[in-house]
Amino acid sequence: MKRRVLAGAITLAVIAVVAIWLVPTDRQSGEAPPPAYTLSADPVERGRQLVTLADCRSCHTAIGGKPFAGGRAIPTSFGTFFSPNITPDAATGIGRWTADDFWRALHDGYSRDGKRLYPVFPYPSYTGISRRDADAMFAYLKTLPPVAEPNRPHELAFPYNHRVLLAVWRLLFFRPGVYRSDPARGAEWNRGAYLVQAVAHCGTCHEARNALGAARSPRDGRGGGGQVLGWYAPSLTDPREAGLRSWSVADIVTLLQTGQIGSSAATPHASAMGPMAEVVYGSLQHARSEDLRAMAVYLQSLPQIAPHPASRFFAMQYTATTDTLAEGRALYARHCARCHGDNGEGRPPAAPPLAGNREVTMSPDLDPIRIVLFGGYPPGTARDPRPFGMPPYYPSLSADQIAAVLTYVRASWGNSAPAVLEDHVEADRGNPLW
Amino acid sequence: MLAIAAARAADSPQYPLDSIDQRAQPCMACHGKQGQARRDGYYPRIAGKPAGYLLNQLRGFRQGRRYFPMMSYLVQLQRDDYLRELATYFADQEVPYPPPETPRVSAATLDRGRTLVMQGDAALHLPACRSCHGSRLLGVEPAVPGLVGVSQDYLIAQLSNWRNGRRAALAPDCMAQIVRRLSKSDASAAAAFLAMQAVPADARADASFERPPQMKCGSIPNGGRAP
Repeated sequence: MKRRVLAGAITLAVIAVVAIWLVPTDRQSGEAPPPAYTLSADPVERGRQLVTLADCRSCHTAIGGKPFAGGRAIPTSFGTFFSPNITPDAATGIGRWTADDFWRALHDGYSRDGKRLYPVFPYPSYTGISRRDADAMFAYLKTLPPVAEPNRPHELAFPYNHRVLLAVWRLLFFRPGVYRSDPARGAEWNRGAYLVQAVAHCGTCHEARNALGAARSPRDGRGGGGQVLGWYAPSLTDPREAGLRSWSVADIVTLLQTGQIGSSAATPHASAMGPMAEVVYGSLQHARSEDLRAMAVYLQSLPQIAPHPASRFFAMQYTATTDTLAEGRALYARHCARCHGDNGEGRPPAAPPLAGNREVTMSPDLDPIRIVLFGGYPPGTARDPRPFGMPPYYPSLSADQIAAVLTYVRASWGNSAPAVLEDHVEADRGNPLW
Repeated sequence: MLAIAAARAADSPQYPLDSIDQRAQPCMACHGKQGQARRDGYYPRIAGKPAGYLLNQLRGFRQGRRYFPMMSYLVQLQRDDYLRELATYFADQEVPYPPPETPRVSAATLDRGRTLVMQGDAALHLPACRSCHGSRLLGVEPAVPGLVGVSQDYLIAQLSNWRNGRRAALAPDCMAQIVRRLSKSDASAAAAFLAMQAVPADARADASFERPPQMKCGSIPNGGRAP
């Protein structure tokens, strides 16, 4: 009990300190015209396209559950959230909701009964959606078959289980406001910005968050991605992570549509694994190519941050020993070289290169560790219905062996990334897999 | 250097890179080379099991009828046609079975196991395992699995999963009804007897049922009668 009180007191103190630092001043509010946007004139079809891009189904469907009937567990550092039923069932879904209720949820973050919604529902992004588009999304959801599936209560740690604290959170971190077109940019860029920022809410995963789960101000220049479902979502503004400045628009579209892109002179190899594979599978592969193109145009234009000197300082601490590198080299020859090549050059299309592969050299090292531990396949898509996969190595390699082989790969063939610690591998074993 | 690389490429993979063999490599990390299972007995053999059974399991992991996060993670984002191709690939693998396990149970328990497997128990309304799982307990095409050639631990674990609601077959789930009537000690006895059976070299699932099963099972098309 004492510990809980202490935790509560610390949290409130953090809130106060953060309040002084981070009171947002630059967010726009109020209604604004949506950007030039030619979707289907039929509201239900337009709604379907928007709901697909927003990937509502992914979070609002449990494994093996009926689509949109909720119940998917979303583990976070605050506890486990369970998504609600958004089928038009009157008793358990949104059957009694009006378009105004739906707008209030998307735009303002309030439920129909007036409760404040937790921002795990990405209303801080959805607030940018225009009223016309919100109405279309609602019209589409109303056409779904109703499913009687009661909502499961969230299981949150103290003090986050007290919704009243969301009043403070909102005051600090949330300003409602529909996306406003930038008149200095073209229609396609604005459409892409609207889709990326508001509808597809990419920043929900790809932006760094503070201790209370709010997006850190982009003005602090630190960059960094976010963590979601045990994976690291790389920064879209960092050339060492998932920055897309040097890519062609066509390559970005291919990555969004298939979750994979082979390496070329301008584009390093990339593949979507973990939650991003799910986004491609459930959402982006079904999006219209003109929408993906607009998103690609916007993503390519994002300003890139300069490498941060502090990370180099920390890298010094983790320089690998010669022994570790020798062990890693031997393990690599035995387990990896057959597919990834003796010099990390890869064997397309079966295995990507590891030399110059940003997924391998990224910090934090969460994703490379997970990919070696659990392997996995990129998403199956219409364009690549039979993707090649990576075998899981947790059954055959120990944590220190995985650390050694990753350390070797991250320090070879032109790669120069910090060593991977055994502790990190051990910690990642316990993360939720699905 | 080039010569070394060429030699390596020539002597390691026996199959072309752009092949279903290469695509199935991730499965073999746990299920063993060509799906013949590793020694620990924890991950089941999948080689030679009927393709329809394997596909039903892959879809089960995706749809929540079976629970094992690692499997759900691997199959969740793949299309049915690809899963069918992988299922068929492993169904077609003909690789040697492991030798039978040595008994860890009493002779009386083994006898009870033999009765359950070969005759069933009419008083408990338990059909013989053999009546659905094939004349040689190697399964029946297209979707009933063999019960020999997997470890005793695996068999017991699966029966407990059914009992605890962590495994289900397509509805109507006849196996769930059977497990409800099967005591824990009977489950262990049947598993012990099954794990002791040597698997013949020409092991193959039966092409069809000798007699259509009496229970209705969602995973058996057309009630087991010829279409």
